[in-house]
Amino acid sequence: MRHTLSVLVENKHGVLTRVAGMFSRRGYNIDSLTVGVTEDPTISRMTIVVRGDDEVLEQVTKQLNKLIDVIRVTDLKSEETVERELALFKVSSDVSNRSEIMQIADIFRARIIDVAPRSMIIEVTGDESKIDAIEQLLRPFGIREMVRTGKVALRRGAKGVSS
Amino acid sequence: MKESTGKMTGARALIECLYREGVDTIFGYPGGVLLPIYDALYDSDIRHVLVRHEQAAAHAAEGYARATGKTGVCIATSGPGATNLVTGIANAYMDSIPMVAFTGQVPSSLIGNDAFQEANITGITMPITKHNYLVQDAKELPRIIKEAFHIASTGRPGPVLVDLPKDITTEEIEFYYPDKVELRGYNPTYRGNIQQIKKAAAEISKSENPVIYAGGGVISSNAAGELKELAEKIQAPVTTTLTGMGGFPGDHSLFIGMPGMHGSKYANYAIQESDLILAVGVRFDDRVTGKLKSFATNAKIIHIDIDPAEISKNIKVDIPIVGDAKWILANLLKYAEKSQSEEWLKKIEYWKKAYPLHYIEPATGDGIKPQYIIEQIKEACEDAIIVTEVGQHQMWAAQYFRYKEPRTFISSGGLGTMGYGFPASIGAKLGKPDKVVFDISGDGSFQMNSQELATVVQENVPVIIAIFNNGYLGMVRQWQELFFDRRYSSTCIQDSVDFVKLAEAYGALGLRATKRDEVRPAIEEAIASGRPTVIDFVVECEENVSPMVPAGAAINEILDLERKE
Repeated sequence: MRHTLSVLVENKHGVLTRVAGMFSRRGYNIDSLTVGVTEDPTISRMTIVVRGDDEVLEQVTKQLNKLIDVIRVTDLKSEETVERELALFKVSSDVSNRSEIMQIADIFRARIIDVAPRSMIIEVTGDESKIDAIEQLLRPFGIREMVRTGKVALRRGAKGVSS
Repeated sequence: MKESTGKMTGARALIECLYREGVDTIFGYPGGVLLPIYDALYDSDIRHVLVRHEQAAAHAAEGYARATGKTGVCIATSGPGATNLVTGIANAYMDSIPMVAFTGQVPSSLIGNDAFQEANITGITMPITKHNYLVQDAKELPRIIKEAFHIASTGRPGPVLVDLPKDITTEEIEFYYPDKVELRGYNPTYRGNIQQIKKAAAEISKSENPVIYAGGGVISSNAAGELKELAEKIQAPVTTTLTGMGGFPGDHSLFIGMPGMHGSKYANYAIQESDLILAVGVRFDDRVTGKLKSFATNAKIIHIDIDPAEISKNIKVDIPIVGDAKWILANLLKYAEKSQSEEWLKKIEYWKKAYPLHYIEPATGDGIKPQYIIEQIKEACEDAIIVTEVGQHQMWAAQYFRYKEPRTFISSGGLGTMGYGFPASIGAKLGKPDKVVFDISGDGSFQMNSQELATVVQENVPVIIAIFNNGYLGMVRQWQELFFDRRYSSTCIQDSVDFVKLAEAYGALGLRATKRDEVRPAIEEAIASGRPTVIDFVVECEENVSPMVPAGAAINEILDLERKE
């Protein structure tokens, strides 16, 4: 079972290493991890997708809380959370198939952010399954490179994880 | 924030911080980048104990902390000095002992350049410290040191490392020492949940076969008094772990000895047949539980611990109570009533009589059984502080001394560090100078830090090292005997060194006992001498630690291994 943890941490050097190191030495697997500053510049938010049953999740949460630089850990339930991931695809294309690729991008509300004689870069945002789906459709054209950010998530409604 | 006390260098500020934290003794070894700090120490009132290897500085700081309850402090230079501290820091981390380790670091401008004697010690110690700091701005030094001592000594205690680049120690700063620590990510819980305490009390009063399983948390929260009161009130037998020794009086009728691999049979039988385990400041370590699936299968488990991450880590807990053991036990005393243990206590008395800890004296000859030495030390000096190395002698010291007071048994529990005891005994003796301090040692363990004989002689620290010399790395030999068909691969160290001459070479007193009737006089002579002393006890060489739960077995599958003549 996969869980999305929203982890507020001190925005200091070395904190990412402390968090990542705790996961590796205790044998927990990270599916994805994103980190960036929050509305408070002294705090960063890590969004960590971790795989495991409830007991693993409980230990992960407690071990994270033991780190001095971790301020708060919240397990975001998918039904009360909005989740997004961003991906960039560099696809082989030429004049013969450019419009076909643009139609696919259109269906996914993706954007073309670079066009060159033999390639295009497509930017798409959405949940994981949406990005998986467009990847499937673009693959026949030839994906030269792709990059995914990993998931970011916020709880729905006025209440945040820090309140 | 207090008024500035004027401008000073970072090195001077460090000393000022140590004064403010009440530090009177530190253990260390100088080096290139530490020159400004050692220059500042030269004029200070802080006693600096010069060890002969940095590992010993860390162990000595820990021994000091365990004996006194204060935070131990050690210091080492950059690179190899810092890496030599690692074992000692890991030991303090595993046993949750408050310690602050300072390391020198190359100047800030050189960090990351593979400079001479550079090691990334904050990176190296990240998994074995409660927290660590690389000081990047001299102005932050006082705040960081304040935080370091706070983190080390509160909540679940542990080691904190502060890495000090050389330029930080020479820079002039305006000195302010903060009154308070503000760490939004660190708020240990001290008060247990009263509803949980009431639930626990209700279970206790219903219980027919209760057992109290107490560990190092009882020592670190100074809860021995509350534990005794509670045990007497609810009439439950008490087993204490290796790190919990002295947390409950060893001569009390409710005491059932140590649990687990080399515990008493009756402690293990009691745990396995219990219907309620009250676990206090313990972590259900594998040496205690044996095969987890078979551990106390009929017992409800109440777990009191200050670290929420210990709850249900190894064993599913029915009633967790997170907080300070002393506070929780004091409150549990208000609600708990006597359990239904009359029959149970009779059964335990029966087990105690039927399966006592015992060893077989040689039928003929005058050889020395190691257990006999422990008994003789106890008779000669019951209120001594006993420090141990790691191995067979450690288990005999845990089994046969029967500690009455907290902080009188000091041993490397979680990490199992050979070479720990001698330096730790130096710290213990300096922390408690009025106590007689023994390092119970093996001929293997002692040689891992025997260079500290120079320290105890130079600093005049009269500890007594009792070497149980069996010519083997005894605990490994015991396992080879039992599980590897007596193939003694690399465990025989017979006649490798004359410990009496070694002691004398350093200027310490060296004594030897080879016969049973020489044991007590050697102990008496060592105590009377008031000098650092090594006693070479030549003991029966293939004595085993008994009883024993084989690795992976349930703890009631416990074997007798006493060796007959």
